[in-house]
Amino acid sequence: MIPEIGNFAIVMAMVLALVQAVVPLAGATLGNARWMAVARPGAYGQFGFLLLAFVILAYCFVSNDFTVAYVANNSNTLLPVWYKISAVWGGHEGSLLLWALVLAGWTAAVALWSQHLPRLVASRVLGVMGIISVGFNAFLLFTSNPFDRLLPDFPPDGGDLNPLLQDPGLIVHPPMLYMGYVGFSVAFAFAIAGLLGGRLDSAWARWSRPWTTVAWCFLTLGIALGSWWAYYELGWGGWWFWDPVENASFMPWLAGTALMHSLAVTEKRGVFKAWTVLLAILTFSLSLLGTFLVRSGVLTSVHAFAADPTRGFFILVFLLLVVGSSLLLFALRAQSLNSESQYDLFSREVLLLANNIILICATGVVLVGTLSPILFDVLELGKISVGEPFFNTTFAPVTLVLMVFTGIGPLVNWKRHQFGLLKSTLLQALVISAATAAICLWLFDAGWNWMVFISLLLCVWVVWHALFDLWKKVRTAKAGPLAGLRRLSLSYRGMVIAHIGLAVTVAGVAMTANFDVERDVRMSAGDEVNIGPYHFQFRGVEQVLGPNYEATRGTVAVSKNGAPVAVLTPEKRHYHVRRDMMTEASIDAGFTRDLYVALGEPLNDGSWAVRIYFKPYMRWVWGGGVIMALGGFVAMSDRRYRIKVKQKITRTAGQLAGGSP
Amino acid sequence: MKPGKLLLFSLPLAVFLGLGYFFLQALDSDPSLLPSTRIDDQVPGFQLPTLADAGRMVSEAELRGPLLLNVWATWCPSCQLEHPVLLELAKNGVPIVGLNYKDVRPAALKYLEIHGDPFQFNIYDEQGDLGLDLGVYGAPETYLIDDQGVIRYRHVGVVTPQNWREQLYPIWQSMGGKP
Repeated sequence: MIPEIGNFAIVMAMVLALVQAVVPLAGATLGNARWMAVARPGAYGQFGFLLLAFVILAYCFVSNDFTVAYVANNSNTLLPVWYKISAVWGGHEGSLLLWALVLAGWTAAVALWSQHLPRLVASRVLGVMGIISVGFNAFLLFTSNPFDRLLPDFPPDGGDLNPLLQDPGLIVHPPMLYMGYVGFSVAFAFAIAGLLGGRLDSAWARWSRPWTTVAWCFLTLGIALGSWWAYYELGWGGWWFWDPVENASFMPWLAGTALMHSLAVTEKRGVFKAWTVLLAILTFSLSLLGTFLVRSGVLTSVHAFAADPTRGFFILVFLLLVVGSSLLLFALRAQSLNSESQYDLFSREVLLLANNIILICATGVVLVGTLSPILFDVLELGKISVGEPFFNTTFAPVTLVLMVFTGIGPLVNWKRHQFGLLKSTLLQALVISAATAAICLWLFDAGWNWMVFISLLLCVWVVWHALFDLWKKVRTAKAGPLAGLRRLSLSYRGMVIAHIGLAVTVAGVAMTANFDVERDVRMSAGDEVNIGPYHFQFRGVEQVLGPNYEATRGTVAVSKNGAPVAVLTPEKRHYHVRRDMMTEASIDAGFTRDLYVALGEPLNDGSWAVRIYFKPYMRWVWGGGVIMALGGFVAMSDRRYRIKVKQKITRTAGQLAGGSP
Repeated sequence: MKPGKLLLFSLPLAVFLGLGYFFLQALDSDPSLLPSTRIDDQVPGFQLPTLADAGRMVSEAELRGPLLLNVWATWCPSCQLEHPVLLELAKNGVPIVGLNYKDVRPAALKYLEIHGDPFQFNIYDEQGDLGLDLGVYGAPETYLIDDQGVIRYRHVGVVTPQNWREQLYPIWQSMGGKP
């Protein structure tokens, strides 16, 4: 009975989404205020029903209702209760319900915080989001219903959750990722509403900006969490594999980063409008494309969902309808957009455009790498597989070029800047960066490496420029630098933080990718191995029992110059129900290095294969992501995004201290 | 409305529709169930050294099953994920021949020493020639080969206990494989 209520809740959500899609958009076209007013209650109602469905599914998991097929496939009576709850989004159907719920959540949030928008704009935005909701609710109901029953022959116990997913990181990773992925639908809806209404001005960009930034922050955190999870859970010491599923989340991130910067130009200067709209469409299209790639089974991936052509077909048709019609609208409407201001070749506008082009090139690289197996297959050119070498060799240079512009961009004025005025500043920064990078490399003492040198140089370059510009702005304040800092706009401060975060991530990637040490050794109790100053001693293995698995646990004592550092306990787990073996790595995390030990296979003579990694500056990779997200959250808190539209329709740029993107 | 401008602004739509066409085509060919042109064909002819002994050459004549031909490499992280499953199968008496694909010999030998060796022997396909003839899509892949040396099934991706039970084992049994 309870699951049927859940099913009914999805049906109700679907009906409300239909109403929310059709009535307000018709109202906006016909100028009927009553019809437009339907949008908000529709959004709230849809969210309420999907939340109900979600809670009911969670209840089915907690109460071990194995008559529900999805529960039977993804849970087990022995599964700890917190993993039962995360199992709600551990499979295709449930994660799609989470998708739909997050989408409804964003819609409700837009409904709640769009009171200051013109009624016409708000109802169009909510209507467009309603259309997307209809698609996903239909996808749920017709191809992937999580409430399908196994009656009358239901299993006495469930098939258990995939052990890879039985992990705290996986409890938060998908919701974060979806918050980001789906959040870009708001920017998309604003773009379509703008095209429909023919109004794409600074005010439009200002309304879109905070939504885009928040979505981007969540996506940043989600990707960082996913990478961190892969690192400690898969047990190979890797943290990014250029797997199609990872790429599916990375492409919207890259395009979304471009969109954030392009929105800044459109808001401040009223130019690049068509480009910004196109980016908004592109970013959300890439989110949908990612969903298609992950769930249709057209690509093989370590963590793709089960292949199902019906689902693939459904989502492809939906993708074609949504993206195709929005690009058609773009083709018809965007050409009439005109620029509101002029700019020179050397100006912040052009540098931000360069940033955009580089980011889109990076997106293109990832897209080509991800899709080329499909393209080659369809064109019957034979099968190819594109691996890490392709991505690493193409992506790294693009990122480094991007960093050059990330450094300069904020220094350059809007409209025009004389390059001669900047020459000495740039030269000074270059010398300082090169010197700092060289000293860092020398201190690290792992030999000379040009790639690392250039990467570190550019990281210092970005940080130096960000801080130097900040200092220039605050030192002139009469009440002292601290008061000057407080007078700077939050969006400027957010940008400085986010740029520093980027530098931290790139520095971490450069160090760990080039200087990590991996040792595969055969060890019996008492054996020792040294990596750099670290001394690892294997103390043998013992058997331990978990709630739904048994494990062999090794103990490795680590010391440095005789002083104990950590005792690591890697495990080899055997999960009963799925009969899967899992490697649980044990990690001693540190600011400048990670020590990582994973248990391999038992060898014939009673010794064990043990994998030991020394990973310098590993935490910086994710730490930078957290800093970037923090920067985004700071930037979107800027109060100008909450100013009532009636008071200020024209640009507020001139009044803002800092004048930042 | 200038025609040139319309053309320019229609470009994204055109590119997208082209992509959409490819996806539609791609849906029909599920890569994990690739209908290999080789299914129900003889294993293509080859003369390659074994991994353990560069002096020993093996040919298609030695692939008389029922056996599993597993394509792997040390550069392939999914293969590491699959490795325990292969060890388990080998322990239960399933004969597995490895095709070490585009790999480096010392690295591959060391890998087997550390992680255990489920293979009866390994064909060392340094240039990927045999892989090309088989139409290998990417490592890991697993072929079921019967007692006549005919390829009976092809599995792309990691063999898990679940897909072994549900997909491969029934075919394995039907071709007289033990257990």
